[in-house]
Amino acid sequence: MDREFIETLLLTLKLAGITSVFLLIISIPMAAWLAFGKSKIRALAETLITMPMVLPPSVLGYYLLVAYSPSHFPGSWLKQLFDIQLAFTFPGLVVGSVLFSLPFMISPVQAGFRNLPGSLREASSTLGKSKFVTLFRVLLPNIKPSLVTAIVLSFAHTIGEFGVVLMIGGNIPGITRVASIAIYDEVQALNFQQADRYAFILFMVTFVLLLVIFAFNRKNSSWKPF
Amino acid sequence: METVLIEASFRKKLFTATGELTLDVNFAVQQGEMLSLFGPSGVGKTTILRILAGLTEADEGFLRVGNDVWFDSAKKINLPARKRPVGYMFQDYALFPNMTVRENLRFAQPAHDIRHLEELLELFDLTTLQHRKPDVLSGGQRQRVALARALARKPEILLLDEPLSAIDPQFRAKLQDEILEMHRRFGVTTLLVSHDLPEVFKLCSRVLMLEAGKIVKQGNPYNLFGENKISGKVQLMAEVLRVEKEDIVGILTLMAGNTLMKVAVCDQERQNYRVGDKVVIISKAFNPVIRKIS
Repeated sequence: MDREFIETLLLTLKLAGITSVFLLIISIPMAAWLAFGKSKIRALAETLITMPMVLPPSVLGYYLLVAYSPSHFPGSWLKQLFDIQLAFTFPGLVVGSVLFSLPFMISPVQAGFRNLPGSLREASSTLGKSKFVTLFRVLLPNIKPSLVTAIVLSFAHTIGEFGVVLMIGGNIPGITRVASIAIYDEVQALNFQQADRYAFILFMVTFVLLLVIFAFNRKNSSWKPF
Repeated sequence: METVLIEASFRKKLFTATGELTLDVNFAVQQGEMLSLFGPSGVGKTTILRILAGLTEADEGFLRVGNDVWFDSAKKINLPARKRPVGYMFQDYALFPNMTVRENLRFAQPAHDIRHLEELLELFDLTTLQHRKPDVLSGGQRQRVALARALARKPEILLLDEPLSAIDPQFRAKLQDEILEMHRRFGVTTLLVSHDLPEVFKLCSRVLMLEAGKIVKQGNPYNLFGENKISGKVQLMAEVLRVEKEDIVGILTLMAGNTLMKVAVCDQERQNYRVGDKVVIISKAFNPVIRKIS
Protein backbone atom coordinates (compact mmCIF):
# COMPACT_ATOMS: atom_id res chain seq x y z
CA MET A 1 0.00 0.00 0.00
CA ASP A 2 2.67 2.49 1.06
CA ARG A 3 4.97 1.42 -1.73
CA GLU A 4 2.24 2.28 -4.20
CA PHE A 5 1.67 5.61 -2.47
CA ILE A 6 5.36 6.54 -2.82
CA GLU A 7 5.48 5.23 -6.39
CA THR A 8 2.50 7.37 -7.39
CA LEU A 9 4.00 10.49 -5.84
CA LEU A 10 7.39 9.88 -7.46
CA LEU A 11 5.72 9.34 -10.83
CA THR A 12 3.83 12.60 -10.40
CA LEU A 13 7.03 14.50 -9.63
CA LYS A 14 8.85 12.78 -12.51
CA LEU A 15 6.11 13.77 -14.94
CA ALA A 16 6.08 17.38 -13.69
CA GLY A 17 9.88 17.59 -13.74
CA ILE A 18 10.35 16.17 -17.23
CA THR A 19 7.46 18.26 -18.57
CA SER A 20 8.94 21.46 -17.10
CA VAL A 21 12.36 20.78 -18.60
CA PHE A 22 10.91 20.15 -22.06
CA LEU A 23 8.67 23.20 -21.72
CA LEU A 24 11.57 25.44 -20.74
CA ILE A 25 13.61 24.34 -23.75
CA ILE A 26 10.83 24.90 -26.30
CA SER A 27 9.22 27.93 -24.64
CA ILE A 28 12.20 30.30 -24.59
CA PRO A 29 12.62 30.46 -28.39
CA MET A 30 8.83 30.48 -28.88
CA ALA A 31 8.31 33.28 -26.35
CA ALA A 32 11.16 35.28 -27.91
CA TRP A 33 9.56 34.84 -31.34
CA LEU A 34 6.13 35.88 -30.00
CA ALA A 35 7.57 38.91 -28.18
CA PHE A 36 9.99 40.19 -30.83
CA GLY A 37 9.03 38.55 -34.13
CA LYS A 38 7.35 40.38 -36.97
CA SER A 39 5.53 37.45 -38.56
CA LYS A 40 1.82 37.90 -39.26
CA ILE A 41 0.94 34.42 -38.03
CA ARG A 42 1.92 35.31 -34.47
CA ALA A 43 -1.69 36.02 -33.50
CA LEU A 44 -2.71 32.56 -34.71
CA ALA A 45 0.19 30.89 -32.92
CA GLU A 46 -0.60 32.77 -29.71
CA THR A 47 -4.24 31.67 -29.91
CA LEU A 48 -3.32 28.01 -30.33
CA ILE A 49 -0.78 28.15 -27.51
CA THR A 50 -3.25 29.81 -25.13
CA MET A 51 -6.16 27.46 -25.99
CA PRO A 52 -5.31 24.82 -23.33
CA MET A 53 -5.84 27.50 -20.66
CA VAL A 54 -9.54 27.74 -21.42
CA LEU A 55 -10.33 24.52 -23.28
CA PRO A 56 -11.88 21.74 -21.14
CA PRO A 57 -9.00 19.32 -20.48
CA SER A 58 -11.19 16.46 -21.63
CA VAL A 59 -11.43 18.04 -25.10
CA LEU A 60 -7.64 18.27 -25.42
CA GLY A 61 -7.37 14.75 -23.97
CA TYR A 62 -9.89 13.43 -26.46
CA TYR A 63 -8.07 14.89 -29.48
CA LEU A 64 -4.74 13.61 -28.18
CA LEU A 65 -6.22 10.16 -27.72
CA VAL A 66 -7.48 10.25 -31.30
CA ALA A 67 -4.07 11.46 -32.52
CA TYR A 68 -2.26 8.72 -30.53
CA SER A 69 -4.48 5.96 -31.97
CA PRO A 70 -2.40 3.48 -33.99
CA SER A 71 -5.27 3.04 -36.46
CA HIS A 72 -4.67 6.41 -38.19
CA PHE A 73 -2.23 9.28 -38.65
CA PRO A 74 -0.10 10.40 -36.79
CA GLY A 75 -0.35 7.52 -34.32
CA SER A 76 -0.02 4.92 -37.09
CA TRP A 77 3.03 6.70 -38.50
CA LEU A 78 4.77 6.75 -35.11
CA LYS A 79 3.96 3.08 -34.64
CA GLN A 80 5.26 2.05 -38.07
CA LEU A 81 8.41 4.17 -38.17
CA PHE A 82 9.56 4.18 -34.57
CA ASP A 83 7.39 1.54 -32.95
CA ILE A 84 6.24 4.17 -30.48
CA GLN A 85 2.83 4.02 -28.94
CA LEU A 86 1.75 7.06 -26.96
CA ALA A 87 -1.69 6.18 -25.69
CA PHE A 88 -1.65 4.94 -22.07
CA THR A 89 2.13 5.29 -21.79
CA PHE A 90 4.38 7.63 -19.84
CA PRO A 91 5.88 9.35 -22.96
CA GLY A 92 2.31 9.96 -24.13
CA LEU A 93 1.59 11.67 -20.80
CA VAL A 94 4.67 13.87 -21.18
CA VAL A 95 3.56 14.99 -24.67
CA GLY A 96 0.05 15.73 -23.38
CA SER A 97 1.35 17.61 -20.32
CA VAL A 98 3.71 19.70 -22.42
CA LEU A 99 0.85 20.82 -24.67
CA PHE A 100 -1.47 21.35 -21.73
CA SER A 101 0.97 23.45 -19.68
CA LEU A 102 2.49 25.32 -22.64
CA PRO A 103 0.64 28.62 -21.99
CA PHE A 104 1.72 28.60 -18.34
CA MET A 105 5.36 28.55 -19.38
CA ILE A 106 5.17 30.79 -22.45
CA SER A 107 2.99 33.63 -21.13
CA PRO A 108 5.20 34.75 -18.22
CA VAL A 109 8.38 34.47 -20.31
CA GLN A 110 6.80 36.38 -23.19
CA ALA A 111 5.52 39.08 -20.82
CA GLY A 112 8.99 39.30 -19.27
CA PHE A 113 10.59 39.83 -22.69
CA ARG A 114 7.99 42.45 -23.62
CA ASN A 115 8.50 44.42 -20.43
CA LEU A 116 12.20 44.85 -21.10
CA PRO A 117 13.02 48.16 -22.80
CA GLY A 118 13.66 47.59 -26.51
CA SER A 119 16.87 49.58 -26.19
CA LEU A 120 18.53 46.70 -24.32
CA ARG A 121 18.27 44.43 -27.36
CA GLU A 122 19.28 47.25 -29.67
CA ALA A 123 22.24 48.17 -27.47
CA SER A 124 23.44 44.59 -27.56
CA SER A 125 23.23 44.49 -31.36
CA THR A 126 25.07 47.81 -31.73
CA LEU A 127 27.76 46.26 -29.53
CA GLY A 128 28.16 43.57 -32.19
CA LYS A 129 26.40 40.74 -30.38
CA SER A 130 24.35 38.04 -32.13
CA LYS A 131 20.73 37.30 -31.24
CA PHE A 132 21.87 34.16 -29.44
CA VAL A 133 24.38 36.01 -27.24
CA THR A 134 21.82 38.76 -26.62
CA LEU A 135 19.24 36.19 -25.51
CA PHE A 136 21.50 34.38 -23.06
CA ARG A 137 23.65 37.24 -21.76
CA VAL A 138 21.21 40.17 -21.77
CA LEU A 139 17.56 39.14 -22.05
CA LEU A 140 17.23 35.97 -19.95
CA PRO A 141 19.30 37.23 -16.97
CA ASN A 142 17.03 40.27 -16.78
CA ILE A 143 13.77 38.32 -16.67
CA LYS A 144 14.70 35.91 -13.87
CA PRO A 145 11.48 36.55 -11.91
CA SER A 146 9.43 35.73 -15.02
CA LEU A 147 11.44 32.54 -15.56
CA VAL A 148 10.92 31.41 -11.97
CA THR A 149 7.20 32.15 -12.24
CA ALA A 150 6.98 30.24 -15.52
CA ILE A 151 8.86 27.16 -14.28
CA VAL A 152 7.02 26.94 -10.97
CA LEU A 153 3.60 27.56 -12.54
CA SER A 154 4.02 24.92 -15.22
CA PHE A 155 5.45 22.45 -12.71
CA ALA A 156 2.53 23.01 -10.33
CA HIS A 157 0.03 22.96 -13.16
CA THR A 158 1.37 19.62 -14.40
CA ILE A 159 1.08 18.14 -10.90
CA GLY A 160 -2.51 19.29 -10.77
CA GLU A 161 -3.67 18.12 -14.18
CA PHE A 162 -6.43 15.56 -14.19
CA GLY A 163 -8.64 15.55 -17.28
CA VAL A 164 -5.92 15.14 -19.89
CA VAL A 165 -4.13 12.44 -17.90
CA LEU A 166 -7.31 10.49 -17.37
CA MET A 167 -8.14 10.58 -21.09
CA ILE A 168 -4.74 9.65 -22.52
CA GLY A 169 -3.05 7.84 -19.64
CA GLY A 170 -5.75 6.07 -17.76
CA ASN A 171 -4.85 4.76 -14.35
CA ILE A 172 -2.03 2.25 -14.71
CA PRO A 173 -0.07 2.04 -11.41
CA GLY A 174 3.59 2.93 -11.85
CA ILE A 175 3.13 4.04 -15.46
CA THR A 176 0.38 6.61 -15.79
CA ARG A 177 -1.24 6.74 -12.36
CA VAL A 178 -0.42 10.18 -10.99
CA ALA A 179 -1.54 11.63 -7.66
CA SER A 180 -4.51 13.60 -8.94
CA ILE A 181 -5.92 10.45 -10.58
CA ALA A 182 -5.16 8.40 -7.48
CA ILE A 183 -7.27 10.70 -5.30
CA TYR A 184 -10.22 10.23 -7.62
CA ASP A 185 -9.65 6.47 -7.68
CA GLU A 186 -9.36 6.13 -3.91
CA VAL A 187 -12.54 8.11 -3.36
CA GLN A 188 -14.33 5.88 -5.87
CA ALA A 189 -13.17 2.92 -3.80
CA LEU A 190 -14.41 4.68 -0.62
CA ASN A 191 -10.80 4.66 0.59
CA PHE A 192 -10.96 8.12 2.12
CA GLN A 193 -7.93 7.82 4.35
CA GLN A 194 -5.63 7.26 1.40
CA ALA A 195 -7.33 10.02 -0.64
CA ASP A 196 -6.77 12.32 2.30
CA ARG A 197 -3.01 11.69 2.28
CA TYR A 198 -2.73 12.38 -1.44
CA ALA A 199 -4.85 15.50 -1.20
CA PHE A 200 -2.86 16.90 1.73
CA ILE A 201 0.46 16.36 -0.06
CA LEU A 202 -0.77 17.98 -3.29
CA PHE A 203 -2.15 20.88 -1.29
CA MET A 204 1.14 21.45 0.52
CA VAL A 205 3.30 21.08 -2.59
CA THR A 206 1.19 23.64 -4.46
CA PHE A 207 1.22 25.99 -1.49
CA VAL A 208 4.99 25.83 -1.10
CA LEU A 209 5.61 26.29 -4.83
CA LEU A 210 3.45 29.39 -5.03
CA LEU A 211 5.06 30.73 -1.86
CA VAL A 212 8.45 30.32 -3.55
CA ILE A 213 7.29 32.41 -6.53
CA PHE A 214 5.95 35.24 -4.43
CA ALA A 215 8.89 35.28 -2.03
CA PHE A 216 11.43 35.19 -4.87
CA ASN A 217 9.73 37.86 -6.96
CA ARG A 218 9.36 40.13 -3.97
CA LYS A 219 13.09 39.93 -3.38
CA ASN A 220 14.07 40.27 -7.02
CA SER A 221 11.60 42.82 -8.24
CA SER A 222 11.97 42.85 -11.98
CA TRP A 223 13.34 45.61 -14.21
CA LYS A 224 12.95 49.13 -12.91
CA PRO A 225 13.22 51.75 -15.63
CA PHE A 226 15.92 54.27 -14.79
CA MET B 1 43.63 67.36 -45.24
CA GLU B 2 40.12 66.42 -44.23
CA THR B 3 38.66 63.21 -45.51
CA VAL B 4 34.99 62.37 -45.79
CA LEU B 5 34.10 59.41 -43.59
CA ILE B 6 30.33 59.21 -43.94
CA GLU B 7 28.33 59.91 -47.06
CA ALA B 8 24.62 59.60 -46.51
CA SER B 9 21.58 60.20 -48.63
CA PHE B 10 18.32 58.58 -47.69
CA ARG B 11 14.59 58.94 -47.38
CA LYS B 12 12.15 57.43 -44.94
CA LYS B 13 8.49 57.96 -44.17
CA LEU B 14 7.96 58.57 -40.47
CA PHE B 15 4.76 58.45 -38.50
CA THR B 16 5.12 60.94 -35.68
CA ALA B 17 2.79 62.31 -33.04
CA THR B 18 2.08 65.28 -35.27
CA GLY B 19 1.37 63.26 -38.40
CA GLU B 20 3.23 61.82 -41.32
CA LEU B 21 6.66 63.17 -42.16
CA THR B 22 9.19 62.32 -44.84
CA LEU B 23 12.74 62.30 -43.65
CA ASP B 24 14.83 63.27 -46.66
CA VAL B 25 18.46 64.06 -45.93
CA ASN B 26 21.74 64.25 -47.72
CA PHE B 27 24.94 64.94 -45.83
CA ALA B 28 28.59 64.11 -45.41
CA VAL B 29 30.66 63.88 -42.24
CA GLN B 30 34.41 64.45 -42.07
CA GLN B 31 36.74 62.04 -40.33
CA GLY B 32 37.15 63.04 -36.70
CA GLU B 33 34.44 65.67 -36.76
CA MET B 34 32.00 66.35 -33.92
CA LEU B 35 28.75 67.09 -35.66
CA SER B 36 25.41 67.99 -34.13
CA LEU B 37 21.94 67.20 -35.42
CA PHE B 38 19.93 70.07 -34.06
CA GLY B 39 16.23 70.79 -34.12
CA PRO B 40 12.97 70.51 -32.23
CA SER B 41 11.70 67.07 -31.22
CA GLY B 42 9.93 64.97 -33.81
CA VAL B 43 11.90 66.12 -36.86
CA GLY B 44 13.76 62.86 -37.34
CA LYS B 45 17.08 63.47 -35.56
CA THR B 46 17.02 60.19 -33.67
CA THR B 47 15.87 58.34 -36.79
CA ILE B 48 18.98 59.56 -38.63
CA LEU B 49 21.18 58.08 -35.89
CA ARG B 50 19.18 54.86 -35.94
CA ILE B 51 19.55 54.54 -39.70
CA LEU B 52 23.30 55.09 -39.38
CA ALA B 53 23.49 52.40 -36.69
CA GLY B 54 21.33 49.97 -38.69
CA LEU B 55 18.55 49.88 -36.08
CA THR B 56 16.06 51.36 -38.54
CA GLU B 57 16.00 50.73 -42.26
CA ALA B 58 15.60 53.68 -44.64
CA ASP B 59 13.01 53.34 -47.42
CA GLU B 60 15.54 54.27 -50.08
CA GLY B 61 18.98 55.78 -50.48
CA PHE B 62 22.51 54.84 -49.58
CA LEU B 63 25.00 55.10 -46.77
CA ARG B 64 28.71 54.79 -47.31
CA VAL B 65 31.28 54.79 -44.51
CA GLY B 66 34.91 54.90 -45.56
CA ASN B 67 35.15 52.46 -48.45
CA ASP B 68 32.25 50.29 -47.31
CA VAL B 69 28.63 50.48 -48.33
CA TRP B 70 26.45 49.97 -45.26
CA PHE B 71 23.14 50.52 -46.96
CA ASP B 72 22.06 50.75 -50.56
CA SER B 73 18.40 50.27 -51.36
CA ALA B 74 19.06 49.90 -55.10
CA LYS B 75 21.51 47.04 -54.53
CA LYS B 76 19.53 45.66 -51.60
CA ILE B 77 22.51 46.01 -49.27
CA ASN B 78 21.78 46.48 -45.59
CA LEU B 79 24.59 45.66 -43.19
CA PRO B 80 23.05 44.41 -39.92
CA ALA B 81 23.52 46.61 -36.85
CA ARG B 82 25.88 44.17 -35.16
CA LYS B 83 28.31 44.32 -38.08
CA ARG B 84 28.55 48.13 -38.09
CA PRO B 85 31.44 49.46 -36.01
CA VAL B 86 29.44 52.16 -34.23
CA GLY B 87 29.10 53.11 -30.61
CA TYR B 88 25.53 54.13 -29.86
CA MET B 89 24.51 55.90 -26.72
CA PHE B 90 20.78 55.58 -26.15
CA GLN B 91 18.61 58.24 -24.58
CA ASP B 92 17.75 55.85 -21.73
CA TYR B 93 21.39 54.64 -21.74
CA ALA B 94 20.27 50.98 -22.09
CA LEU B 95 22.79 49.74 -19.55
CA PHE B 96 22.42 46.03 -18.85
CA PRO B 97 20.97 45.79 -15.32
CA ASN B 98 22.32 42.29 -14.75
CA MET B 99 25.93 43.37 -15.25
CA THR B 100 28.18 45.59 -13.16
CA VAL B 101 29.72 48.71 -14.69
CA ARG B 102 32.87 46.76 -15.50
CA GLU B 103 30.90 43.87 -16.97
CA ASN B 104 28.89 46.25 -19.15
CA LEU B 105 32.13 47.59 -20.61
CA ARG B 106 33.69 44.16 -20.86
CA PHE B 107 30.60 42.83 -22.70
CA ALA B 108 31.00 45.60 -25.26
CA GLN B 109 34.58 44.64 -26.12
CA PRO B 110 34.99 42.27 -29.06
CA ALA B 111 38.14 40.88 -27.45
CA HIS B 112 39.26 41.28 -23.87
CA ASP B 113 41.50 44.33 -23.67
CA ILE B 114 42.16 45.14 -20.04
CA ARG B 115 44.30 48.18 -20.80
CA HIS B 116 41.60 49.90 -22.84
CA LEU B 117 38.99 48.94 -20.25
CA GLU B 118 41.03 50.42 -17.40
CA GLU B 119 41.68 53.52 -19.48
CA LEU B 120 37.96 54.04 -20.03
CA LEU B 121 37.13 53.43 -16.36
CA GLU B 122 39.72 56.01 -15.40
CA LEU B 123 38.79 58.59 -18.04
CA PHE B 124 35.15 58.54 -17.00
CA ASP B 125 35.95 58.41 -13.30
CA LEU B 126 34.31 55.01 -12.90
CA THR B 127 37.10 53.07 -11.21
CA THR B 128 35.46 53.23 -7.78
CA LEU B 129 32.05 52.37 -9.24
CA GLN B 130 33.18 49.50 -11.46
CA HIS B 131 31.67 46.73 -9.37
CA ARG B 132 28.28 48.39 -8.90
CA LYS B 133 25.17 47.54 -10.87
CA PRO B 134 23.63 50.34 -12.98
CA ASP B 135 20.44 50.66 -10.92
CA VAL B 136 22.32 52.06 -7.90
CA LEU B 137 24.05 54.77 -9.95
CA SER B 138 22.95 58.38 -10.38
CA GLY B 139 21.90 59.77 -13.75
CA GLY B 140 25.26 61.38 -14.38
CA GLN B 141 27.14 58.21 -13.45
CA ARG B 142 24.97 56.15 -15.80
CA GLN B 143 25.62 58.62 -18.57
CA ARG B 144 29.34 58.16 -18.08
CA VAL B 145 29.00 54.37 -18.11
CA ALA B 146 26.93 54.54 -21.29
CA LEU B 147 29.51 56.75 -22.97
CA ALA B 148 32.37 54.51 -21.84
CA ARG B 149 30.51 51.42 -23.05
CA ALA B 150 29.84 52.98 -26.45
CA LEU B 151 33.59 53.55 -26.77
CA ALA B 152 34.59 50.13 -25.46
CA ARG B 153 34.40 48.43 -28.85
CA LYS B 154 36.59 51.15 -30.39
CA PRO B 155 33.96 52.31 -32.86
CA GLU B 156 34.62 54.21 -36.07
CA ILE B 157 31.59 56.36 -35.41
CA LEU B 158 30.08 57.45 -32.13
CA LEU B 159 26.35 58.22 -32.11
CA LEU B 160 25.02 60.11 -29.08
CA ASP B 161 21.27 60.49 -28.76
CA GLU B 162 20.58 63.48 -26.50
CA PRO B 163 23.31 62.37 -24.14
CA LEU B 164 22.67 65.03 -21.53
CA SER B 165 18.92 65.47 -21.68
CA ALA B 166 18.30 63.65 -18.39
CA ILE B 167 21.06 65.39 -16.45
CA ASP B 168 20.66 68.24 -13.99
CA PRO B 169 21.93 71.51 -15.44
CA GLN B 170 24.67 71.87 -12.81
CA PHE B 171 26.25 68.57 -13.87
CA ARG B 172 25.90 69.19 -17.56
CA ALA B 173 28.95 71.36 -17.91
CA LYS B 174 31.15 68.68 -16.33
CA LEU B 175 29.75 65.97 -18.56
CA GLN B 176 30.13 68.16 -21.61
CA ASP B 177 33.77 68.55 -20.64
CA GLU B 178 34.06 64.79 -20.44
CA ILE B 179 32.60 64.37 -23.92
CA LEU B 180 35.06 66.94 -25.22
CA GLU B 181 37.95 65.23 -23.48
CA MET B 182 36.85 61.88 -24.87
CA HIS B 183 36.69 63.34 -28.36
CA ARG B 184 40.09 64.93 -28.00
CA ARG B 185 41.64 61.70 -26.73
CA PHE B 186 40.10 59.18 -29.13
CA GLY B 187 39.36 61.44 -32.09
CA VAL B 188 36.39 59.32 -33.00
CA THR B 189 33.93 60.81 -35.49
CA THR B 190 30.91 61.79 -33.43
CA LEU B 191 27.30 62.65 -34.25
CA LEU B 192 25.31 64.14 -31.45
CA VAL B 193 21.57 64.74 -31.32
CA SER B 194 20.64 67.76 -29.28
CA HIS B 195 18.10 70.49 -28.89
CA ASP B 196 20.14 72.39 -26.38
CA LEU B 197 21.85 75.40 -27.92
CA PRO B 198 24.62 76.00 -25.37
CA GLU B 199 25.54 72.32 -25.64
CA VAL B 200 25.85 72.52 -29.41
CA PHE B 201 27.97 75.66 -29.13
CA LYS B 202 30.28 74.09 -26.63
CA LEU B 203 30.74 70.69 -28.21
CA CYS B 204 30.30 70.80 -31.94
CA SER B 205 32.27 72.23 -34.79
CA ARG B 206 29.42 71.82 -37.25
CA VAL B 207 25.65 71.66 -37.04
CA LEU B 208 22.99 70.21 -39.29
CA MET B 209 19.80 72.05 -38.50
CA LEU B 210 16.68 69.98 -39.13
CA GLU B 211 13.13 71.01 -39.66
CA ALA B 212 10.31 68.65 -40.63
CA GLY B 213 12.62 65.92 -41.87
CA LYS B 214 14.87 68.17 -43.97
CA ILE B 215 18.24 69.73 -43.35
CA VAL B 216 17.44 73.41 -43.59
CA LYS B 217 20.83 74.88 -42.67
CA GLN B 218 24.29 73.68 -41.93
CA GLY B 219 27.51 75.26 -40.84
CA ASN B 220 29.41 76.16 -37.73
CA PRO B 221 27.18 76.93 -34.76
CA TYR B 222 28.30 80.51 -34.39
CA ASN B 223 27.42 81.48 -37.95
CA LEU B 224 24.23 79.49 -37.84
CA PHE B 225 22.77 80.80 -34.61
CA GLY B 226 24.54 84.09 -34.20
CA GLU B 227 23.26 85.07 -37.66
CA ASN B 228 25.69 87.99 -37.78
CA LYS B 229 29.29 87.59 -38.74
CA ILE B 230 31.87 88.18 -36.03
CA SER B 231 31.69 91.79 -35.13
CA GLY B 232 32.76 94.20 -32.46
CA LYS B 233 30.04 92.92 -30.18
CA VAL B 234 29.89 90.38 -27.43
CA GLN B 235 27.02 87.99 -27.91
CA LEU B 236 25.63 85.51 -25.44
CA MET B 237 22.81 83.07 -26.01
CA ALA B 238 20.46 82.90 -23.04
CA GLU B 239 17.08 81.80 -21.85
CA VAL B 240 14.60 84.01 -20.01
CA LEU B 241 13.92 82.60 -16.54
CA ARG B 242 11.94 85.43 -14.99
CA VAL B 243 10.40 88.73 -16.06
CA GLU B 244 9.76 91.35 -13.34
CA LYS B 245 8.92 95.00 -13.01
CA GLU B 246 10.94 97.13 -10.66
CA ASP B 247 9.88 100.77 -10.42
CA ILE B 248 10.07 102.11 -13.92
CA VAL B 249 12.29 99.44 -15.45
CA GLY B 250 11.86 95.79 -16.27
CA ILE B 251 14.31 93.20 -14.98
CA LEU B 252 14.96 90.00 -16.93
CA THR B 253 16.63 87.08 -15.17
CA LEU B 254 18.60 85.20 -17.78
CA MET B 255 20.55 81.98 -17.91
CA ALA B 256 23.49 82.03 -20.30
CA GLY B 257 25.30 78.71 -20.23
CA ASN B 258 25.53 78.02 -16.51
CA THR B 259 25.53 81.64 -15.45
CA LEU B 260 22.54 83.47 -14.03
CA MET B 261 22.39 87.19 -14.73
CA LYS B 262 20.02 90.10 -14.51
CA VAL B 263 19.55 92.59 -17.30
CA ALA B 264 17.53 95.77 -17.13
CA VAL B 265 15.21 96.69 -19.99
CA CYS B 266 12.74 99.52 -20.36
CA ASP B 267 9.30 98.73 -19.08
CA GLN B 268 7.72 98.80 -22.50
CA GLU B 269 10.26 96.33 -23.86
CA ARG B 270 9.73 94.07 -20.85
CA GLN B 271 6.27 93.18 -22.13
CA ASN B 272 7.79 91.48 -25.19
CA TYR B 273 9.48 88.78 -23.13
CA ARG B 274 8.05 85.60 -21.73
CA VAL B 275 9.67 82.98 -19.50
CA GLY B 276 11.36 80.38 -21.69
CA ASP B 277 12.11 82.78 -24.58
CA LYS B 278 15.51 82.29 -26.19
CA VAL B 279 17.36 85.57 -26.43
CA VAL B 280 20.71 86.86 -27.52
CA ILE B 281 22.48 89.32 -25.22
CA ILE B 282 24.56 91.80 -27.15
CA SER B 283 27.07 94.13 -25.64
CA LYS B 284 29.41 96.58 -27.33
CA ALA B 285 33.01 95.42 -27.44
CA PHE B 286 34.07 98.28 -25.14
CA ASN B 287 31.64 97.39 -22.40
CA PRO B 288 32.64 93.97 -21.04
CA VAL B 289 35.18 93.81 -18.27
CA ILE B 290 37.44 90.83 -18.79
CA ARG B 291 39.57 89.18 -16.12
CA LYS B 292 41.91 86.27 -16.47
CA ILE B 293 41.09 83.37 -14.13
CA SER B 294 43.61 80.74 -15.11
